[in-house]
Amino acid sequence: MTLHVDIVSAEKEIHSGTATVVYAPAEMGEVGIYPRHAPMVARLKPGEVRVATGHDDEELLFFVSGGLLEVQPHAVTVLADTAIRAHDLDEASALEAQKQAEQAMHDNASEIDFAKAKAEMAQAAAQLQAIRKLRKRRR
Amino acid sequence: MAGAKEIRTKIRSIRNTQKITKAMEMVAASKMRKAQDRMNEARPYAEKIRNVVSHLAHAHPEYKHPFTLEREAKRVGYIVVSTDRGLCGGLNINLFRTALNDMSRWSEKNVEMDFAVFGGKALGFFKRVGANIVSKASNLGDRPEVTELIGAVKIMLDAYDEGKIDRLFLLHNEFVNTMTQSPRALQLLPLPHSGEEELKRHWDYLYEPDAKEVLDILLDRYIESLVYQGVVENIACEMAARMVAMKAASDNAGNIIDELQLAYNKARQAAITQEISEIVSGAAAV
Repeated sequence: MTLHVDIVSAEKEIHSGTATVVYAPAEMGEVGIYPRHAPMVARLKPGEVRVATGHDDEELLFFVSGGLLEVQPHAVTVLADTAIRAHDLDEASALEAQKQAEQAMHDNASEIDFAKAKAEMAQAAAQLQAIRKLRKRRR
Repeated sequence: MAGAKEIRTKIRSIRNTQKITKAMEMVAASKMRKAQDRMNEARPYAEKIRNVVSHLAHAHPEYKHPFTLEREAKRVGYIVVSTDRGLCGGLNINLFRTALNDMSRWSEKNVEMDFAVFGGKALGFFKRVGANIVSKASNLGDRPEVTELIGAVKIMLDAYDEGKIDRLFLLHNEFVNTMTQSPRALQLLPLPHSGEEELKRHWDYLYEPDAKEVLDILLDRYIESLVYQGVVENIACEMAARMVAMKAASDNAGNIIDELQLAYNKARQAAITQEISEIVSGAAAV
């Protein structure tokens, strides 16, 4: 009996195939999933996911930097994070993005000037139209 | 002969421009294909998460995550995805026009807005119109990574958690096909209800550590993956739009060269004719 294993990250599919058993680093200790396991969702910590394919003791190794594990009786899905995620790390990158925005904004009033924006749009639209007309005439 | 020489330099300079636009067209074409691949690769992750989330929502109707609760809109957040570079036709302009329409609708209702911008063009535009930008990320390049987007997204998610904003939208270009890209506003928060019915038979996951924490992390990842998809799709759009724009530019350059070539030939012919008639009349005078 086999399991279907999908290892995916937000950026791409890392692995897809069948396995007899899958080991994953769940947050409270490593878990081994055999076929017909009860449905489960677990958080993963950074570590290795090992997939035994059942061909000649072949074992595939994947490093995950955290993520989630979803188990169905005949399917295992690893939703892997591509980078180490920790609360303070996320916080730091959030602050960074904010700081950049503040820097970009610092000389700006925070009242949206719709009239100005509309005028700008109209100008750009007119330019596009003019280009299109020119092109048509050329044909 | 002076006229002919001028025309010749003009032709040469236009030919150089045409070479550049042609090269840009080809580069954009190959980048577009890669961006499309990445777009498709990002899909399975979001789908898997959506399945788990919708299952969780059905299995635990009593636990309501703040992300699923509808609140009255007093302040809304926008995540706007644009390109870093220009020369891609009306792609960004069309997107900003959609944004402006949305924005003026909200401001009629006295709803204020916060913006998280991706890409230099959006930053420039929203800065100029005086919008309140709370986070930015630019120079993402052709293959952005989720880690580069987390910060900007997290600011919005935190603001939603704290009740600073009551809606969150994602604005980006949708890749319809190579010739067509259309701006799209997608509501991220609160999560729109999926039209799925109740489960056929009741079963539930085992949760580790517990359902609430798993749901928290799942929803964060889900939103992030949607934004990531938006960014990647926007890159595919950028490349497609640039390809089309550069193709048009190359074609136009070709037309101008044809016209100038004609003018050049005429000028040359005229010069030769004049010379001959001068010689002939000179010989007749002898």
